[in-house]
Amino acid sequence: MQAELLEISQHLGRYPPFEGLPEALLDEVAAQVQVSYFKAGTPILELDAENHEFCYIRSGAVEVTRRNGGLYDRLGEGDIFGHFGLMRNHRVRFPAQAMEDTLIYFIPEAMFHRLCDLDEDFADFVEVDRPRLESAVESRKRENDMLATRVRKLVTFTPLLVKANASVQQAACQIRDAQRSAVLVLDEPGDRPRYTVEDEEGKLWQVIGILTDSDFRTRVVAEGLSPDTAVSEIVERKLIAIQSDESVQEAMLCMLSNNIHHLPVMQRRSPVGILHLSDVVRHETQSSLYLVNSIFHQTSVESLAQLAPDVHTAVIRMVHDGADSHMIGMALSAIGRSFMRRLLELAEEELGPPPVAYCFMALGSIARNEQTVVTDQDNALVLSDDFDPALHDDYFKLMAQRVSDGLAACGYAYCKGDIMATNPRWRQPLSVWQRYFSEWIEQPSAEGLLHSSIFFDLDPVQGEDSLVEALQDLVSSKAPQHPRFLAAMARNALGRKPPLGFFRTFVMEKDGKHNNSINLKRRGTAPMVDLIRVHALACGSRAQNSFERLDDIDRTQLLASGVSDQLRYAMEFLSMSRIRHQVIDLENEQEPDNNIEPENVTSEERHHLKDAFQTLSNAQKFLKFRYPMTR
Amino acid sequence: MRLQRSRKVPDWHEYLACRRESTEHAILADFFAGADLSPDLPISEAPLMALDLETTGLDPRKAEIVSIGLVPFSLSRIHLPKRRYWVVRPHRVLEPASVTLHHITHADIQGAPRIEEVLPEVLEIMTGHLPVVHYRRIERPFLGVAAHSTWGEELSFPVIDTMSLEARIHRQSLVARFNRWIGRPPASIRLHDSRLRYGLPHYHGHHAVIDSLATAELLQAQIAGHYSPDTPISLLWS
Repeated sequence: MQAELLEISQHLGRYPPFEGLPEALLDEVAAQVQVSYFKAGTPILELDAENHEFCYIRSGAVEVTRRNGGLYDRLGEGDIFGHFGLMRNHRVRFPAQAMEDTLIYFIPEAMFHRLCDLDEDFADFVEVDRPRLESAVESRKRENDMLATRVRKLVTFTPLLVKANASVQQAACQIRDAQRSAVLVLDEPGDRPRYTVEDEEGKLWQVIGILTDSDFRTRVVAEGLSPDTAVSEIVERKLIAIQSDESVQEAMLCMLSNNIHHLPVMQRRSPVGILHLSDVVRHETQSSLYLVNSIFHQTSVESLAQLAPDVHTAVIRMVHDGADSHMIGMALSAIGRSFMRRLLELAEEELGPPPVAYCFMALGSIARNEQTVVTDQDNALVLSDDFDPALHDDYFKLMAQRVSDGLAACGYAYCKGDIMATNPRWRQPLSVWQRYFSEWIEQPSAEGLLHSSIFFDLDPVQGEDSLVEALQDLVSSKAPQHPRFLAAMARNALGRKPPLGFFRTFVMEKDGKHNNSINLKRRGTAPMVDLIRVHALACGSRAQNSFERLDDIDRTQLLASGVSDQLRYAMEFLSMSRIRHQVIDLENEQEPDNNIEPENVTSEERHHLKDAFQTLSNAQKFLKFRYPMTR
Repeated sequence: MRLQRSRKVPDWHEYLACRRESTEHAILADFFAGADLSPDLPISEAPLMALDLETTGLDPRKAEIVSIGLVPFSLSRIHLPKRRYWVVRPHRVLEPASVTLHHITHADIQGAPRIEEVLPEVLEIMTGHLPVVHYRRIERPFLGVAAHSTWGEELSFPVIDTMSLEARIHRQSLVARFNRWIGRPPASIRLHDSRLRYGLPHYHGHHAVIDSLATAELLQAQIAGHYSPDTPISLLWS
């Protein structure tokens, strides 16, 4: 490597898509760089000019515009531009000009194609074969498949060690002082020691066995041995151990089948820790399945409320285990439904059996199986048509109150829009609900539907499911027949627009304004959900979950081919970003919210978010065109 | 607002034409012919060559060249892939104190050629280009001494000195003179400090190629900021 190019290759190597390149390839790029300085305000690439290079910003800032002059992007140090033309007609598609005094590295076309050929990540980044958002989501999925929790994640302390010639009392003191429950025993290395430890002087020791709390009881005290007995006399020279990269499940099986409570964990030949059965149990109890199970064992609102922190732990755990947004949304919705069900059971225990059939209905994110940790309760009661308000409403009013208060105690805030079964308007017999939905669909107004779109995500939770299913049938059969309804829903779905992307530590709006943070729900996932809902209603889908709705939309010709996949990737990326940032909040012991601060967004993530925003923006444009307002 | 003081610039055409006639060496004759650019040539059309030398000291009579970097460029593009770099073995032993200055070590110069072996190639590559340096009192006199020991002839040539351009802008302007009058320290015109004023990044100095690159970038920035692509080279060279 020529030393003079280090200056260039090291800078390139700090930014995507160069950061993953092997050093030799990076040096090759650096060797071909041409340089030019641009004063603020001067053009770098002019529209339709012939171009056979792409640009890397070494310092400064660049504004990239669209053909029509609209802002396309603002880029800073380490960003690239000008590569789109290289894949098409060698004409500049997006003109660029220096916003600040800027130094550009120009990299020739041949190098661009070579990088695309040699490095898959580079090709993905510049979107040679497929949108990079798709590559990002897919590659994360690939990683997850390999990511069962490994034993090493559960190991928190290096193991205690004792020499075989020490007395059992010394060993016991060592265990007591460190507040542990086991110690590994070392001896002179034999011919072919399986597990070894090197001490400070570099001498090698063989791990011959383990001494646990119970050994002192059964092998020393019960046998009447003196505290001076050498460890070597009582230790069993047999060691059952596990490698640190085995799964937790493997560790559990190993302990159960050998009937042991302590399991030394090895990294190849050296011990890295001792796993106790309780570590495994603690790990397992953080899982969402365990949580759901324990919800049904609680006998009071108070004890249910004590489980609320476990919901957060379960989400953190799922994110670290690499779950995708669909899995996390499902799990959190299942947990939310379990709380509702258990609260309804407790209410029925207290109030007696219901006087007429009912169905407790979930609305919004929980009905879509897309709940996050930041959520409020949206619910309603659909009652049998035998319902007589004078006779029965006291019962259901109390039931709704119990559930709503209980949910609030468990961390699900009251709905600010009062869409809860405690509101008499949303505690009605099926026939009234049918009338509500018919009116919404047959005599729509965008204003009227603004606050009721949440009712078009609906799912039964407890009771007579058929009551809510009847409403789902009504919606799916009527909605496709009413273009004015779809147009009104579409108009509402266009109310919230995504930003353009990020610039340095700001959120960049389409008009070029900068903001310090962005509400990823309001500007990303919610408009995406709204948009998917309109298409789903148009095609008569009964699905509630956005991904499942997209599956239904795929069976029609509603969207051009490939569009629903783009929406899927964008939805997944937006949702996962939102969840990940909530987990960052939780881990920092801050109240989780829907905001993300640009300084917490990695360089890679900001590129993908920008792509997702772009996908959403394009889809919104299509929505406007597809469901025009009719008179 | 700049005060244009009359600068003492040699009549380069006269000097170069005269030397071209008098030299006995073809390489020098070509070099002088190539250096004889029209004074009216706009800077945007000038073939430029950033030049940097690392030396064992500052006095050309005592110190020697240890490395040479060349980077050809124009106002619109710096052709880094066409860069050239030579390490040169000085006649005297390297002193540890100077190693810290130029970072060329004994190991580097072992087996490296003498300046007399390198200079013909260096001049050949420079031929037809207007050299651009930061602080002309190093590059030009050191090459002059080297030419003397190679051919026994004198060598000089026009250069654009980004440091003196920077001095004109920041030391001789009315604002600068006012600042001096009220006792403010003058702006630093060293390569690194000058670059910062144009938003150019920090490079780790003391490699002849990187310093050449840094000088080329600085000239592009100076022209963009204070001159124009049409500025004739005679207003810039010295």
